Formats: sequence, C-alpha cells, structure tokens
Amino acid sequence: MAKVRGTLVIDKERCKGCGVCLGACPFKVIELNREVNGKGYNYLYAAHPDLCTGCAGCALVCPDSCITVYRERTEQ
Amino acid sequence: MLDVLMHFCPGCSHGTIHKLIAEVIDEMGMESNAIGITPVGCAVLAYNYIDIDWVQAAHGRACAVATAVKRLNPEKMVFTYQGDGDLAAIGAGETIHAANRGDNIVVIYVNNAVYGMTGGQMAPTTLLGMKTATTPQGRDAKLHGFPFKAGELISQLDGVCYFTRQSVHTPAAVRRAKKALRRAFDNSMEGKGLSFVEFVATCSSGWKLSPVEANRWMDENMMPFYPLSKE
Ligand SMILES: Cc1ncc(C[n+]2csc(CCOP(=O)(O)OP(=O)(O)O)c2C)c(N)n1
Ligand code: SF4
Ligand code: SF4
Ligand code: SF4
Repeated sequence: MAKVRGTLVIDKERCKGCGVCLGACPFKVIELNREVNGKGYNYLYAAHPDLCTGCAGCALVCPDSCITVYRERTEQ
Repeated sequence: MLDVLMHFCPGCSHGTIHKLIAEVIDEMGMESNAIGITPVGCAVLAYNYIDIDWVQAAHGRACAVATAVKRLNPEKMVFTYQGDGDLAAIGAGETIHAANRGDNIVVIYVNNAVYGMTGGQMAPTTLLGMKTATTPQGRDAKLHGFPFKAGELISQLDGVCYFTRQSVHTPAAVRRAKKALRRAFDNSMEGKGLSFVEFVATCSSGWKLSPVEANRWMDENMMPFYPLSKE
C-alpha cells in the first residue's frame, strides 16, 4: 500500500523556541531541544522522525518559517 | 518574503500573518504591483520582510494614506496592515471613513487586544476584566468603557464588500485565513470596495504569558467575544 512519509528540515538558528508548532503536530513528532541555539532558544528538533506524515501543520503555524516539510510516497 | 530574521517576539501572530500575505501576493504574481502601508506598532518594520513597495504612515493614518495611494495608482493592489491600537484607537476616524467611502483597498487588522509595541497597555479592544500594564486590576467598564468591536462596526458600512475574522493559531485556521486574504485582495482589484480582514491575535509579551499559553488564553477568552468567521 502506498504510504506518505514526511521529512523535516528545521532551521535551528532561525527557531525562537516558541513551541506553537508542538500542538499542531497530530503525532508528537517534534519537541524542543534541551540544548539552545546561538540565540539562546531551545530550538525545535524531530524527536520521532519516523512518525511524520508530512502534513505540514507545524510549518503552517510557525511564525518564523523555520520548518520545511518534504513528502515522499513509499510502498509498504 | 526576504530571507531575514523578523524582530517579533517568539510565537507572535504577526510573523505568521506576514508569511501568509507574502504567499498570497506571490501566488497572485503581484510582487511588483502591490503597495502596503505599514502602521505604527510592532508591524512597522513589515517593509523589511515582505519584498514589495511600502509607505510608512503616521500612527493611525494608514487608511488615509492607502486611499491616496490607490486613487493615484488604481492599477496597484493597495493594502494597510494595522494593529488594534493603530486602527481602533488613534486611527478609528480614518478607518471608518475609508470604509464608508468604499475605497478599493484591503485593510488587514491585527487585534491582539493591547498596545504591543509600547508594553502591553490597554487598547480599545481590551476585554473586560483583562489585566494590562494600565489596567492592573482588570478592565472595568465603568472606568474604561467597553471593548470595541471594530470589525462589526465597519462591516455595516455600505462601502465594505467583505468582512471576515480569522486567526493563525492552528493549521486549519491558517489555511482558512489564507483563502480569506486571497478573496480580499481579489476584491480590491475587481473594484468591489473595501475588504476588512481582522485577525484575532496574541501578544504573549504584552499578555505576560508564554506563546503556547497565549494561544490557549486567546481561544478561551478572545474567541467568544471576537468570534471567527466560518470561512
Ligand atoms: C502619534 C503617536 N502616538 C503614540 C505613539 C506611541 N505608540 C507606538 S506603537 C503604539 C500602539 C501600538 O499598538 P497596536 O496598534 O495595537 O500594535 P501592536 O504593537 O500591538 O501590534 C503607540 C500608542 C506613537 N508612536 N505616535
Ligand atoms: S509535518 Fe505534520 S506530522 Fe510531520 S512534524 Fe509537522 S505536524 Fe507533525
Ligand atoms: S513554531 Fe517555529 S519558531 Fe516556534 S518553536 Fe516551532 S519551529 Fe521554532
Ligand atoms: S510585543 Fe506583542 S505584538 Fe509586539 S512582537 Fe511582541 S508579541 Fe508581537
């Protein structure tokens, strides 16, 4: 069966660690890192990348355009 | 959208709304044909982020400037971008009369219920009971009057062809908001009159909440008073 898988590219230095994208993800793929970026923000990372469906909800609500979502069709 | 960092506080709705405006202008192929009017308020620097022509208006005067720009350049797509302090307080007169004249512009109104840039003071839109820098006990109708529904007021004027109230705090809301912006910009180019697109927005710094708490607070407190449009 064809399945869509998502891959995230997160611009770590752009992220302000606001967290508004977290609630937009239906699968809890993303989390804020314990470490900080150059500006001192706990930046976003994909904690469970295998669960990402590529729905792009996180990218839509990010005020700072930090997330790029790629979608890939895979056979299972 | 220029590849630069925006100055907005983490999680601020202004960033997401800027992104949507840039996407719609890009999809319409209007980058060289759009003129925006920036306000006084946190969005004053929009000209550093969206790569179109801009005019920066004095506090509250964006609709008056937009009227002149559109009348002198009817082929251009002209819009204002204003906060609630700018539009609903000092600029209430200019806004109402542009709407009443039906000038063919789009008014983008970002209502975060406070004066964000100056530190979260009470605005006309502040909810009753809401604590701000200038209403530490909460807004009291007897002392401060009632919260001002600029959108409802303006939507009744004959020059207004479209009023919608949107938000950008969920993916579904962002998708709806983008459609609304597109419709408003199309209206202005078709000469239908003034389109008024309100955004119920957060100001986490002014509200003294985290960005995630601010979104929740907005859902629970702002939405019942400023209900979103269905489309
Ligand atoms: C004539 C004038 N009066 C007052 C000010 C101070 N001032 C700067 S921004 C602002 C209000 C901004 O609030 P709002 O329009 O709600 O925008 P926000 O910053 O919340 O996006 C005020 C009163 C000014 N710059 N010019
Ligand atoms: S694209 Fe969708 S599933 Fe993937 S992280 Fe973003 S919100 Fe979650
Ligand atoms: S919404 Fe954007 S800026 Fe905020 S935490 Fe997520 S990726 Fe970072
Ligand atoms: S003060 Fe409020 S409106 Fe201004 S950038 Fe910060 S959060 Fe946004």
